[in-house]
Amino acid sequence: MSATWIAVLVTAVCCYALKLAGLTVPPRWLAHPRAQRFATLVPVALLAALIAVQAVGRGQSLAIDPARLAGLGAAAAALLLRAPFLVVIVAAAGTAAGLHALGLA
Amino acid sequence: MTETSAEPVRPAAAPGEPVRRAARDGIALGLAVGTSGLAFGAAAVASGLSPAQACVLSLVAYTGASQFALAAAVAGGGNLIAGTASAVLLGSRNGLYGLRLASLLGFRGRSRLLAAQGITDESTAVALGQQALGRPGRAAARAGFLATFGSLYLTWNAATLAGALGAGRLGSPSSFGLDVVGPAAFLALLWPRLRDGRTERMVALAGAAIALVATPFFPPGLPVVLAAAAALGAALLPAAGAGPASAAGSPDGAPGGAAQRSRR
Repeated sequence: MSATWIAVLVTAVCCYALKLAGLTVPPRWLAHPRAQRFATLVPVALLAALIAVQAVGRGQSLAIDPARLAGLGAAAAALLLRAPFLVVIVAAAGTAAGLHALGLA
Repeated sequence: MTETSAEPVRPAAAPGEPVRRAARDGIALGLAVGTSGLAFGAAAVASGLSPAQACVLSLVAYTGASQFALAAAVAGGGNLIAGTASAVLLGSRNGLYGLRLASLLGFRGRSRLLAAQGITDESTAVALGQQALGRPGRAAARAGFLATFGSLYLTWNAATLAGALGAGRLGSPSSFGLDVVGPAAFLALLWPRLRDGRTERMVALAGAAIALVATPFFPPGLPVVLAAAAALGAALLPAAGAGPASAAGSPDGAPGGAAQRSRR
């Protein structure tokens, strides 16, 4: 078995194991209010970080991608107008795709 | 998709209605985001992974950031041990999500073994977002989670195979605006919680700031994991003691959940 296959399999199995580990943590470990607050707030921190990085990150640098930013802007506008979830997504993708098609981004 | 599905306040919906809407949102998101498997498949093969290796990663690891990280390490002709370590480190994010999802979804036994594989940024966001969208309860959270899992898993894997076999040349998902679907969905699902909770707002801002500041200094993906420090800080801060952070109680009667929830 090649070294690359070993790396692939170790990565794959460990990534699954991590998911399962989080899901099987005994409830009493999370019984402490602080632990519970951490578990509750972690997705908020990580998803906000993802939004930021995917909006202005390109690899290890920060870069302005006009189509992507415009798409997120359209999503924010749709949210302010209390649009349903799917409308928000279509507005974002449609805006970005439109700018790409027009050659503006 | 034109109906008023996500109106935050809809008190008297039919019992099955929230579940159907949650499932529909999840399916749509999974289908759209899954297309970026094309980019992974293409990048993996360009890096020197075989199509079979790319597919095994998508089938078993099933977490985009880790997969891209390993492909990048292979491409650089770099140290495979370091590449594997960073890919696994990035996967720790899903473990943190699992902490939160365990009590929300309440899967046990064999179904938990299967559900674990479904944990991604997208399925977590949809599961957690249901309450904020006015669809509280385990049934809607499960429906959103499973629908996202199913559609994203199938699309991501099919797209990985297609990309590995060269379909990436037909056009990049970004030309259809699909690269913005993920962040737009995360924004939509976090939005109501950011509007309501001061603690959540601070944590979100801090998390985003940490990730952006860290971006130039760390390999891609790691800055997002580091953003967990924002949640850790808020959880440990004594002043933030009774924040409205907790959105769902534990089914096992762990103290704190119900009490904090009633604060809303």
